[in-house]
Amino acid sequence: MTALLEVEDLRVAYGKIEAVKGISFSVEAGQVVTLIGTNGAGKTTTLRTLSGLLTPLSGKITFDGEVLDGVGAHKIVAMGLAHSPEGRRLFPRLTVTENLQLGAFLRRDTEAIEKDIQSAYERFPILGERRKQAAGTLSGGEQQMLAMGRALMSRPKLLMLDEPSMGLSPIMMQKIMETITELKNQGTTILLVEQNAQAALSLADQAHVMEVGEIVLSGTGQDLMHDESVRKAYLGED
Amino acid sequence: MNDLPQQLANGLLLGGLYGLIAVGYTMVYGIVQLINFAHGEIFMIGGFGALTAYLWLPENTSLVIALPFMLVFAVACSVLVGIGAERFAYRPLRGGPRLAPLITAIGLSIALQQAIWAFYPDGTKSRSFPQFHGESLDFGAFTIGRGDLFLFVAAPLSMIGLGFFVSKTRTGRAMQATSQDPDTAKLMGINTDRIIVTAFAIGSAFAAVAAIAHGLKYGEVNFKMGFIAGLKAFTAAVLGGIGNIYGAMLGGVVLGLAEAMATAYIQDIPGMSQLGGGSWKDVWAFVLLILVLLLRPQGLLGERVADRA
Repeated sequence: MTALLEVEDLRVAYGKIEAVKGISFSVEAGQVVTLIGTNGAGKTTTLRTLSGLLTPLSGKITFDGEVLDGVGAHKIVAMGLAHSPEGRRLFPRLTVTENLQLGAFLRRDTEAIEKDIQSAYERFPILGERRKQAAGTLSGGEQQMLAMGRALMSRPKLLMLDEPSMGLSPIMMQKIMETITELKNQGTTILLVEQNAQAALSLADQAHVMEVGEIVLSGTGQDLMHDESVRKAYLGED
Repeated sequence: MNDLPQQLANGLLLGGLYGLIAVGYTMVYGIVQLINFAHGEIFMIGGFGALTAYLWLPENTSLVIALPFMLVFAVACSVLVGIGAERFAYRPLRGGPRLAPLITAIGLSIALQQAIWAFYPDGTKSRSFPQFHGESLDFGAFTIGRGDLFLFVAAPLSMIGLGFFVSKTRTGRAMQATSQDPDTAKLMGINTDRIIVTAFAIGSAFAAVAAIAHGLKYGEVNFKMGFIAGLKAFTAAVLGGIGNIYGAMLGGVVLGLAEAMATAYIQDIPGMSQLGGGSWKDVWAFVLLILVLLLRPQGLLGERVADRA
Protein backbone atom coordinates (compact mmCIF):
# COMPACT_ATOMS: atom_id res chain seq x y z
CA MET A 1 0.00 0.00 0.00
CA THR A 2 1.36 3.38 -0.91
CA ALA A 3 1.32 6.15 1.65
CA LEU A 4 -1.08 9.09 1.39
CA LEU A 5 1.81 11.48 1.79
CA GLU A 6 5.38 10.61 0.88
CA VAL A 7 8.19 13.08 1.53
CA GLU A 8 11.59 12.19 0.11
CA ASP A 9 14.81 14.04 0.85
CA LEU A 10 13.08 17.41 1.18
CA ARG A 11 15.30 20.46 1.44
CA VAL A 12 13.99 23.99 2.00
CA ALA A 13 15.94 27.23 2.41
CA TYR A 14 15.22 30.85 3.23
CA GLY A 15 17.78 32.59 1.06
CA LYS A 16 21.04 30.92 1.97
CA ILE A 17 19.87 29.51 5.26
CA GLU A 18 18.75 25.95 4.95
CA ALA A 19 15.89 25.32 7.34
CA VAL A 20 15.06 21.77 6.27
CA LYS A 21 18.05 19.65 5.30
CA GLY A 22 16.85 16.56 3.51
CA ILE A 23 14.08 14.91 5.47
CA SER A 24 12.04 11.88 4.47
CA PHE A 25 8.89 10.52 6.06
CA SER A 26 5.48 9.29 5.10
CA VAL A 27 1.93 9.39 6.36
CA GLU A 28 -0.41 6.45 5.76
CA ALA A 29 -4.13 7.01 5.43
CA GLY A 30 -5.79 6.89 8.83
CA GLN A 31 -2.58 7.54 10.74
CA VAL A 32 -1.64 10.33 13.07
CA VAL A 33 1.97 11.29 12.46
CA THR A 34 3.69 13.90 14.56
CA LEU A 35 6.80 15.99 14.13
CA ILE A 36 8.22 17.16 17.43
CA GLY A 37 11.25 19.25 18.21
CA THR A 38 12.30 22.61 19.55
CA ASN A 39 11.81 26.02 18.02
CA GLY A 40 13.69 26.40 14.76
CA ALA A 41 13.86 22.67 14.09
CA GLY A 42 12.12 23.19 10.74
CA LYS A 43 8.72 21.74 11.57
CA THR A 44 6.65 24.72 10.47
CA THR A 45 8.83 25.16 7.40
CA THR A 46 8.08 21.55 6.48
CA LEU A 47 4.33 22.07 6.74
CA ARG A 48 4.44 25.36 4.82
CA THR A 49 6.33 23.59 2.05
CA LEU A 50 3.86 20.71 1.94
CA SER A 51 0.95 23.11 1.53
CA GLY A 52 2.76 24.99 -1.23
CA LEU A 53 3.41 28.28 0.57
CA LEU A 54 7.16 27.67 0.27
CA THR A 55 9.05 26.20 -2.67
CA PRO A 56 11.54 23.47 -1.82
CA LEU A 57 15.15 23.52 -3.00
CA SER A 58 14.94 19.86 -3.86
CA GLY A 59 13.22 16.66 -2.91
CA LYS A 60 9.99 15.00 -3.83
CA ILE A 61 6.55 15.31 -2.27
CA THR A 62 3.91 12.82 -3.36
CA PHE A 63 0.38 13.34 -2.14
CA ASP A 64 -2.43 10.93 -2.95
CA GLY A 65 -0.46 9.55 -5.87
CA GLU A 66 0.43 12.91 -7.40
CA VAL A 67 3.82 14.60 -7.29
CA LEU A 68 3.54 18.15 -5.95
CA ASP A 69 6.01 19.93 -8.11
CA GLY A 70 5.48 23.66 -8.33
CA VAL A 71 1.76 23.19 -7.69
CA GLY A 72 0.31 26.43 -6.31
CA ALA A 73 -0.94 26.46 -2.72
CA HIS A 74 -4.53 27.05 -3.77
CA LYS A 75 -4.46 23.91 -5.92
CA ILE A 76 -2.99 21.72 -3.20
CA VAL A 77 -6.04 22.41 -1.01
CA ALA A 78 -8.20 21.18 -3.86
CA MET A 79 -6.28 17.89 -3.82
CA GLY A 80 -7.31 17.32 -0.23
CA LEU A 81 -4.51 18.67 1.91
CA ALA A 82 -5.68 21.15 4.56
CA HIS A 83 -3.32 23.17 6.70
CA SER A 84 -4.23 24.82 9.97
CA PRO A 85 -1.26 27.17 10.30
CA GLU A 86 0.83 28.14 13.28
CA GLY A 87 -0.73 30.97 15.26
CA ARG A 88 -4.23 30.05 13.92
CA ARG A 89 -4.17 32.79 11.27
CA LEU A 90 -7.90 33.37 11.21
CA PHE A 91 -9.39 36.18 9.16
CA PRO A 92 -9.76 38.50 12.13
CA ARG A 93 -12.39 40.88 10.79
CA LEU A 94 -14.64 38.19 9.35
CA THR A 95 -17.17 36.42 11.51
CA VAL A 96 -16.86 32.88 12.83
CA THR A 97 -19.32 31.65 10.20
CA GLU A 98 -17.53 33.49 7.40
CA ASN A 99 -14.23 31.93 8.46
CA LEU A 100 -15.82 28.49 8.29
CA GLN A 101 -17.35 29.27 4.90
CA LEU A 102 -13.93 30.26 3.60
CA GLY A 103 -12.62 26.89 4.74
CA ALA A 104 -15.06 25.41 2.23
CA PHE A 105 -14.13 27.93 -0.47
CA LEU A 106 -13.53 25.34 -3.16
CA ARG A 107 -16.67 23.34 -2.46
CA ARG A 108 -19.85 24.02 -4.38
CA ASP A 109 -22.22 21.77 -2.47
CA THR A 110 -23.97 24.56 -0.58
CA GLU A 111 -26.23 22.30 1.44
CA ALA A 112 -23.46 19.99 2.58
CA ILE A 113 -21.37 23.02 3.54
CA GLU A 114 -24.21 24.28 5.70
CA LYS A 115 -24.40 20.84 7.34
CA ASP A 116 -20.67 20.80 7.98
CA ILE A 117 -20.87 24.25 9.58
CA GLN A 118 -23.62 22.93 11.85
CA SER A 119 -21.52 19.93 12.80
CA ALA A 120 -18.58 22.22 13.54
CA TYR A 121 -20.89 24.05 15.95
CA GLU A 122 -21.88 20.74 17.48
CA ARG A 123 -18.24 19.83 17.92
CA PHE A 124 -17.44 23.27 19.35
CA PRO A 125 -20.65 24.69 20.87
CA ILE A 126 -18.92 27.90 21.93
CA LEU A 127 -18.30 28.71 18.26
CA GLY A 128 -21.99 28.31 17.57
CA GLU A 129 -22.75 30.84 20.27
CA ARG A 130 -20.29 33.27 18.75
CA ARG A 131 -21.07 32.62 15.09
CA LYS A 132 -21.68 36.29 14.31
CA GLN A 133 -18.67 37.58 16.22
CA ALA A 134 -15.51 38.70 14.43
CA ALA A 135 -12.89 35.95 14.70
CA GLY A 136 -10.34 38.42 16.05
CA THR A 137 -12.42 38.88 19.19
CA LEU A 138 -12.33 35.22 20.23
CA SER A 139 -10.11 33.87 23.00
CA GLY A 140 -7.01 31.86 22.08
CA GLY A 141 -8.71 28.53 22.67
CA GLU A 142 -11.79 29.51 20.70
CA GLN A 143 -9.57 30.73 17.88
CA GLN A 144 -7.80 27.38 17.81
CA MET A 145 -11.13 25.55 17.63
CA LEU A 146 -12.17 27.78 14.77
CA ALA A 147 -8.86 27.25 12.97
CA MET A 148 -9.31 23.48 13.20
CA GLY A 149 -12.94 23.71 12.23
CA ARG A 150 -12.05 25.85 9.25
CA ALA A 151 -9.39 23.39 8.08
CA LEU A 152 -11.89 20.53 8.33
CA MET A 153 -14.40 22.43 6.18
CA SER A 154 -12.52 21.45 3.03
CA ARG A 155 -13.15 17.77 3.93
CA PRO A 156 -9.43 17.04 3.65
CA LYS A 157 -7.79 13.69 3.09
CA LEU A 158 -4.93 14.91 5.25
CA LEU A 159 -5.20 17.51 7.99
CA MET A 160 -2.01 19.30 8.98
CA LEU A 161 -2.10 21.00 12.38
CA ASP A 162 0.73 23.33 13.31
CA GLU A 163 1.13 23.88 17.06
CA PRO A 164 -2.55 23.64 17.94
CA SER A 165 -1.81 23.88 21.66
CA MET A 166 0.46 26.91 21.44
CA GLY A 167 -0.32 29.61 23.97
CA LEU A 168 -3.34 27.84 25.43
CA SER A 169 -4.26 27.27 29.06
CA PRO A 170 -3.78 23.67 30.27
CA ILE A 171 -7.53 23.09 30.26
CA MET A 172 -7.91 24.43 26.74
CA MET A 173 -4.88 22.45 25.62
CA GLN A 174 -6.49 19.30 26.94
CA LYS A 175 -9.71 20.12 25.12
CA ILE A 176 -7.82 20.57 21.85
CA MET A 177 -5.94 17.33 22.32
CA GLU A 178 -9.21 15.52 23.04
CA THR A 179 -10.57 16.91 19.80
CA ILE A 180 -7.57 15.63 17.89
CA THR A 181 -8.03 12.20 19.48
CA GLU A 182 -11.67 12.29 18.46
CA LEU A 183 -10.74 13.18 14.89
CA LYS A 184 -8.24 10.32 14.90
CA ASN A 185 -10.87 7.89 16.11
CA GLN A 186 -13.14 9.03 13.31
CA GLY A 187 -10.41 8.04 10.87
CA THR A 188 -9.01 11.46 9.97
CA THR A 189 -5.43 11.36 8.77
CA ILE A 190 -3.41 13.95 10.66
CA LEU A 191 0.08 15.37 10.45
CA LEU A 192 0.62 17.09 13.77
CA VAL A 193 3.41 19.49 14.65
CA GLU A 194 3.74 20.11 18.36
CA GLN A 195 6.09 21.44 20.97
CA ASN A 196 4.04 19.70 23.61
CA ALA A 197 5.78 16.38 22.99
CA GLN A 198 4.01 14.46 25.72
CA ALA A 199 0.57 15.13 24.30
CA ALA A 200 1.63 14.62 20.69
CA LEU A 201 3.43 11.33 21.30
CA SER A 202 0.58 9.87 23.31
CA LEU A 203 -1.75 9.99 20.34
CA ALA A 204 0.65 9.53 17.43
CA ASP A 205 1.01 6.32 15.44
CA GLN A 206 4.31 7.49 14.04
CA ALA A 207 6.58 10.21 15.40
CA HIS A 208 9.69 11.96 14.17
CA VAL A 209 12.02 14.12 16.20
CA MET A 210 13.42 17.10 14.29
CA GLU A 211 16.56 19.00 15.25
CA VAL A 212 17.94 21.88 13.19
CA GLY A 213 16.38 20.77 9.95
CA GLU A 214 16.91 17.05 10.22
CA ILE A 215 14.96 14.07 11.47
CA VAL A 216 17.17 12.62 14.18
CA LEU A 217 14.88 9.95 15.52
CA SER A 218 11.79 8.12 14.31
CA GLY A 219 9.50 5.51 15.76
CA THR A 220 6.00 4.87 17.01
CA GLY A 221 4.60 7.36 19.47
CA GLN A 222 4.91 4.80 22.25
CA ASP A 223 8.53 3.98 21.33
CA LEU A 224 9.61 7.59 21.47
CA MET A 225 7.69 8.24 24.64
CA HIS A 226 9.89 5.63 26.31
CA ASP A 227 13.10 6.62 24.55
CA GLU A 228 15.78 7.81 26.94
CA SER A 229 16.98 10.75 24.90
CA VAL A 230 13.47 11.96 24.07
CA ARG A 231 12.47 11.81 27.71
CA LYS A 232 15.46 13.94 28.62
CA ALA A 233 15.20 16.46 25.84
CA TYR A 234 11.46 16.88 25.38
CA LEU A 235 9.60 15.42 28.29
CA GLY A 236 11.55 17.31 30.90
CA GLU A 237 12.96 14.36 32.80
CA ASP A 238 16.46 14.12 34.23
CA MET B 1 -25.72 81.02 4.49
CA ASN B 2 -28.89 80.49 2.46
CA ASP B 3 -26.85 78.86 -0.27
CA LEU B 4 -25.82 76.10 2.14
CA PRO B 5 -27.96 73.39 0.48
CA GLN B 6 -26.34 74.26 -2.82
CA GLN B 7 -22.85 74.07 -1.32
CA LEU B 8 -23.68 70.72 0.28
CA ALA B 9 -24.91 69.41 -3.06
CA ASN B 10 -21.73 70.63 -4.77
CA GLY B 11 -19.60 69.07 -2.07
CA LEU B 12 -21.40 65.74 -2.24
CA LEU B 13 -21.03 65.57 -6.01
CA LEU B 14 -17.35 66.38 -5.83
CA GLY B 15 -17.03 63.86 -3.01
CA GLY B 16 -18.69 61.19 -5.11
CA LEU B 17 -16.16 61.84 -7.85
CA TYR B 18 -13.22 61.59 -5.44
CA GLY B 19 -14.73 58.51 -3.82
CA LEU B 20 -15.05 56.68 -7.14
CA ILE B 21 -11.37 57.20 -7.89
CA ALA B 22 -10.32 56.55 -4.29
CA VAL B 23 -11.84 53.06 -4.44
CA GLY B 24 -9.08 52.07 -6.87
CA TYR B 25 -6.29 53.24 -4.59
CA THR B 26 -7.77 51.63 -1.55
CA MET B 27 -8.65 48.24 -3.05
CA VAL B 28 -5.21 47.76 -4.50
CA TYR B 29 -3.54 48.95 -1.32
CA GLY B 30 -5.75 46.72 0.81
CA ILE B 31 -4.60 43.66 -1.07
CA VAL B 32 -1.01 44.24 -2.17
CA GLN B 33 0.02 47.23 0.00
CA LEU B 34 0.94 49.19 -3.10
CA ILE B 35 0.05 52.81 -3.70
CA ASN B 36 -0.69 52.64 -7.40
CA PHE B 37 0.43 56.12 -8.37
CA ALA B 38 -0.51 55.39 -11.97
CA HIS B 39 -4.17 55.18 -10.92
CA GLY B 40 -4.74 58.85 -11.76
CA GLU B 41 -3.60 58.07 -15.31
CA ILE B 42 -5.88 55.04 -15.50
CA PHE B 43 -8.65 57.54 -14.71
CA MET B 44 -7.34 59.88 -17.44
CA ILE B 45 -7.23 57.02 -19.97
CA GLY B 46 -10.88 56.36 -19.18
CA GLY B 47 -11.66 59.96 -20.09
CA PHE B 48 -9.91 59.64 -23.44
CA GLY B 49 -11.57 56.27 -24.01
CA ALA B 50 -14.98 57.87 -23.55
CA LEU B 51 -14.10 60.73 -25.87
CA THR B 52 -12.82 58.33 -28.51
CA ALA B 53 -16.03 56.31 -28.39
CA TYR B 54 -18.06 59.50 -28.75
CA LEU B 55 -16.04 60.64 -31.76
CA TRP B 56 -16.53 57.26 -33.44
CA LEU B 57 -20.28 57.57 -33.30
CA PRO B 58 -22.02 59.41 -36.15
CA GLU B 59 -22.07 63.15 -35.72
CA ASN B 60 -25.03 64.62 -33.85
CA THR B 61 -25.65 61.38 -31.95
CA SER B 62 -27.56 62.31 -28.85
CA LEU B 63 -25.31 62.20 -25.79
CA VAL B 64 -27.88 60.15 -23.91
CA ILE B 65 -27.59 57.44 -26.57
CA ALA B 66 -23.83 57.83 -26.81
CA LEU B 67 -23.27 57.58 -23.06
CA PRO B 68 -23.64 53.78 -22.73
CA PHE B 69 -21.13 53.26 -25.56
CA MET B 70 -18.76 55.77 -24.00
CA LEU B 71 -19.11 54.07 -20.65
CA VAL B 72 -18.38 50.61 -21.99
CA PHE B 73 -15.40 51.74 -24.00
CA ALA B 74 -13.99 53.90 -21.22
CA VAL B 75 -14.25 51.04 -18.75
CA ALA B 76 -12.64 48.69 -21.27
CA CYS B 77 -9.69 51.06 -21.83
CA SER B 78 -9.09 51.71 -18.14
CA VAL B 79 -9.44 48.08 -17.13
CA LEU B 80 -7.08 47.01 -19.89
CA VAL B 81 -4.45 49.50 -18.77
CA GLY B 82 -5.05 48.66 -15.11
CA ILE B 83 -4.66 44.91 -15.41
CA GLY B 84 -1.84 45.37 -17.91
CA ALA B 85 0.01 47.46 -15.34
CA GLU B 86 -0.56 44.78 -12.72
CA ARG B 87 0.52 41.95 -14.99
CA PHE B 88 3.57 43.47 -16.62
CA ALA B 89 4.75 46.21 -14.27
CA TYR B 90 3.85 45.22 -10.71
CA ARG B 91 3.58 41.43 -10.63
CA PRO B 92 7.20 40.80 -11.65
CA LEU B 93 8.24 42.96 -8.68
CA ARG B 94 6.04 41.26 -6.11
CA GLY B 95 8.03 39.92 -3.23
CA GLY B 96 10.81 42.39 -3.93
CA PRO B 97 11.59 45.56 -1.99
CA ARG B 98 8.52 47.75 -1.44
CA LEU B 99 10.14 50.74 -3.09
CA ALA B 100 10.49 49.03 -6.48
CA PRO B 101 6.78 48.87 -7.41
CA LEU B 102 6.27 52.37 -6.00
CA ILE B 103 8.91 53.87 -8.27
CA THR B 104 7.55 51.78 -11.13
CA ALA B 105 4.10 53.24 -10.49
CA ILE B 106 5.46 56.78 -10.73
CA GLY B 107 7.29 55.89 -13.92
CA LEU B 108 4.19 54.30 -15.39
CA SER B 109 2.19 57.39 -14.50
CA ILE B 110 4.57 59.61 -16.48
CA ALA B 111 4.72 57.14 -19.37
CA LEU B 112 0.91 57.05 -19.69
CA GLN B 113 0.64 60.84 -19.63
CA GLN B 114 3.31 61.15 -22.27
CA ALA B 115 1.73 58.44 -24.40
CA ILE B 116 -1.49 60.46 -24.65
CA TRP B 117 0.50 63.67 -25.18
CA ALA B 118 2.48 62.12 -28.00
CA PHE B 119 0.04 59.77 -29.72
CA TYR B 120 -3.54 60.92 -29.13
CA PRO B 121 -4.70 63.30 -31.88
CA ASP B 122 -4.25 66.81 -30.49
CA GLY B 123 -3.30 65.14 -27.21
CA THR B 124 -0.98 67.99 -26.30
CA LYS B 125 -3.99 70.22 -25.75
CA SER B 126 -7.17 69.91 -23.76
CA ARG B 127 -9.80 68.12 -25.84
CA SER B 128 -13.36 69.22 -25.35
CA PHE B 129 -15.70 66.62 -23.93
CA PRO B 130 -19.34 66.34 -25.06
CA GLN B 131 -21.79 68.21 -22.86
CA PHE B 132 -25.43 68.01 -21.94
CA HIS B 133 -27.02 71.27 -22.90
CA GLY B 134 -29.94 72.87 -21.22
CA GLU B 135 -30.81 74.38 -17.92
CA SER B 136 -29.71 73.00 -14.57
CA LEU B 137 -32.18 70.78 -12.82
CA ASP B 138 -33.95 72.59 -10.03
CA PHE B 139 -34.51 70.60 -6.83
CA GLY B 140 -35.86 73.58 -4.93
CA ALA B 141 -33.15 74.22 -2.39
CA PHE B 142 -30.37 73.47 -4.85
CA THR B 143 -29.75 72.87 -8.52
CA ILE B 144 -27.65 70.27 -10.28
CA GLY B 145 -26.09 70.73 -13.70
CA ARG B 146 -27.34 68.29 -16.31
CA GLY B 147 -23.86 66.83 -16.67
CA ASP B 148 -23.71 66.16 -12.95
CA LEU B 149 -26.80 64.01 -13.16
CA PHE B 150 -24.63 61.14 -14.41
CA LEU B 151 -22.46 61.37 -11.31
CA PHE B 152 -25.52 61.81 -9.12
CA VAL B 153 -26.78 58.42 -10.31
CA ALA B 154 -23.57 56.54 -11.09
CA ALA B 155 -21.63 57.20 -7.87
CA PRO B 156 -24.17 55.83 -5.38
CA LEU B 157 -25.07 52.94 -7.68
CA SER B 158 -21.43 51.89 -8.13
CA MET B 159 -20.72 52.17 -4.42
CA ILE B 160 -23.78 50.13 -3.42
CA GLY B 161 -22.89 47.57 -6.05
CA LEU B 162 -19.34 47.31 -4.75
CA GLY B 163 -20.50 47.02 -1.16
CA PHE B 164 -22.78 44.16 -2.17
CA PHE B 165 -20.05 42.49 -4.22
CA VAL B 166 -17.47 42.58 -1.45
CA SER B 167 -19.71 41.47 1.39
CA LYS B 168 -22.07 39.04 -0.31
CA THR B 169 -20.37 37.28 -3.20
CA ARG B 170 -17.89 34.43 -3.11
CA THR B 171 -15.22 36.45 -4.90
CA GLY B 172 -15.85 39.43 -2.63
CA ARG B 173 -15.40 37.25 0.43
CA ALA B 174 -12.20 35.87 -1.05
CA MET B 175 -11.08 39.44 -1.61
CA GLN B 176 -11.59 40.31 2.05
CA ALA B 177 -9.74 37.16 3.09
CA THR B 178 -6.82 37.95 0.77
CA SER B 179 -6.58 41.46 2.14
CA GLN B 180 -6.59 40.24 5.75
CA ASP B 181 -4.09 37.41 5.32
CA PRO B 182 -2.88 36.47 1.83
CA ASP B 183 -0.99 33.32 2.81
CA THR B 184 -3.89 31.88 4.71
CA ALA B 185 -6.22 32.85 1.87
CA LYS B 186 -4.14 30.57 -0.35
CA LEU B 187 -4.56 27.78 2.19
CA MET B 188 -8.33 28.14 1.72
CA GLY B 189 -7.86 27.46 -1.99
CA ILE B 190 -8.16 31.08 -3.07
CA ASN B 191 -6.18 31.98 -6.18
CA THR B 192 -4.77 35.21 -4.81
CA ASP B 193 -3.23 36.24 -8.14
CA ARG B 194 -6.69 36.30 -9.63
CA ILE B 195 -8.01 38.30 -6.67
CA ILE B 196 -5.30 40.90 -7.20
CA VAL B 197 -6.22 41.22 -10.88
CA THR B 198 -9.88 41.58 -9.89
CA ALA B 199 -9.01 44.39 -7.48
CA PHE B 200 -7.12 46.24 -10.21
CA ALA B 201 -9.97 45.70 -12.66
CA ILE B 202 -12.67 46.99 -10.31
CA GLY B 203 -10.59 50.00 -9.32
CA SER B 204 -9.92 50.82 -12.97
CA ALA B 205 -13.58 50.47 -13.93
CA PHE B 206 -14.54 52.87 -11.16
CA ALA B 207 -11.89 55.31 -12.37
CA ALA B 208 -13.40 55.17 -15.87
CA VAL B 209 -16.86 55.97 -14.50
CA ALA B 210 -15.32 58.86 -12.60
CA ALA B 211 -13.55 60.06 -15.74
CA ILE B 212 -16.84 60.35 -17.63
CA ALA B 213 -18.38 62.21 -14.70
CA HIS B 214 -15.33 64.47 -14.65
CA GLY B 215 -15.55 65.10 -18.39
CA LEU B 216 -19.25 65.91 -18.22
CA LYS B 217 -18.67 68.22 -15.26
CA TYR B 218 -15.67 70.17 -16.55
CA GLY B 219 -16.21 69.87 -20.30
CA GLU B 220 -12.72 68.72 -21.24
CA VAL B 221 -10.13 65.99 -20.91
CA ASN B 222 -6.38 66.40 -21.05
CA PHE B 223 -3.28 64.29 -20.53
CA LYS B 224 -2.51 65.71 -17.12
CA MET B 225 -6.01 65.60 -15.61
CA GLY B 226 -5.11 62.43 -13.72
CA PHE B 227 -2.49 64.11 -11.59
CA ILE B 228 -4.53 66.43 -9.42
CA ALA B 229 -7.63 64.20 -9.49
CA GLY B 230 -5.48 61.25 -8.50
CA LEU B 231 -3.83 63.20 -5.72
CA LYS B 232 -7.20 64.28 -4.34
CA ALA B 233 -8.58 60.76 -4.55
CA PHE B 234 -5.47 59.41 -2.86
CA THR B 235 -6.06 62.00 -0.13
CA ALA B 236 -9.65 60.80 0.15
CA ALA B 237 -8.48 57.20 0.46
CA VAL B 238 -6.01 58.07 3.22
CA LEU B 239 -8.58 60.29 4.91
CA GLY B 240 -11.09 57.48 5.06
CA GLY B 241 -8.51 54.86 6.04
CA ILE B 242 -6.57 53.29 3.23
CA GLY B 243 -7.46 49.68 2.57
CA ASN B 244 -11.10 50.17 3.55
CA ILE B 245 -13.54 50.67 0.66
CA TYR B 246 -16.20 52.29 2.83
CA GLY B 247 -13.43 54.55 4.07
CA ALA B 248 -12.65 55.56 0.50
CA MET B 249 -16.25 56.52 -0.09
CA LEU B 250 -16.51 58.39 3.20
CA GLY B 251 -13.13 60.05 2.67
CA GLY B 252 -14.24 61.22 -0.75
CA VAL B 253 -17.45 62.72 0.58
CA VAL B 254 -15.71 64.39 3.54
CA LEU B 255 -13.04 65.82 1.26
CA GLY B 256 -15.58 67.04 -1.28
CA LEU B 257 -17.71 68.67 1.38
CA ALA B 258 -14.68 70.25 3.03
CA GLU B 259 -13.55 71.74 -0.26
CA ALA B 260 -16.98 73.09 -1.06
CA MET B 261 -17.43 74.56 2.40
CA ALA B 262 -13.95 76.05 2.49
CA THR B 263 -14.41 77.59 -0.93
CA ALA B 264 -17.72 79.13 0.04
CA TYR B 265 -17.34 80.13 3.65
CA ILE B 266 -13.73 80.50 4.77
CA GLN B 267 -13.64 84.05 3.49
CA ASP B 268 -16.45 84.96 5.90
CA ILE B 269 -14.29 84.13 8.89
CA PRO B 270 -12.76 87.37 10.18
CA GLY B 271 -9.14 87.73 9.15
CA MET B 272 -9.32 84.96 6.54
CA SER B 273 -10.92 86.86 3.73
CA GLN B 274 -7.83 86.30 1.61
CA LEU B 275 -8.02 82.51 1.97
CA GLY B 276 -11.43 81.72 0.51
CA GLY B 277 -12.56 81.03 -3.00
CA GLY B 278 -11.77 78.32 -5.48
CA SER B 279 -8.05 78.99 -5.77
CA TRP B 280 -7.48 77.91 -2.18
CA LYS B 281 -9.56 74.75 -2.24
CA ASP B 282 -6.61 72.43 -2.84
CA VAL B 283 -4.82 73.98 0.12
CA TRP B 284 -7.76 73.24 2.41
CA ALA B 285 -8.04 69.72 1.09
CA PHE B 286 -4.44 68.99 2.01
CA VAL B 287 -4.69 70.84 5.33
CA LEU B 288 -7.50 68.45 6.14
CA LEU B 289 -5.29 65.52 5.18
CA ILE B 290 -2.47 66.74 7.41
CA LEU B 291 -4.87 67.19 10.32
CA VAL B 292 -6.24 63.68 9.93
CA LEU B 293 -2.75 62.22 9.67
CA LEU B 294 -1.77 64.04 12.85
CA LEU B 295 -4.86 63.24 14.87
CA ARG B 296 -6.00 59.91 13.45
CA PRO B 297 -3.21 58.44 11.33
CA GLN B 298 -5.17 55.31 10.43
CA GLY B 299 -7.87 57.46 8.80
CA LEU B 300 -11.53 57.84 9.68
CA LEU B 301 -12.51 54.17 9.25
CA GLY B 302 -8.94 52.91 9.18
CA GLU B 303 -7.86 49.54 10.34
CA ARG B 304 -5.24 49.49 13.01
CA VAL B 305 -1.87 49.17 11.34
CA ALA B 306 -0.73 46.85 14.12
CA ASP B 307 -3.10 44.23 12.71
CA ARG B 308 -0.54 43.42 10.13
CA ALA B 309 2.47 41.78 11.72
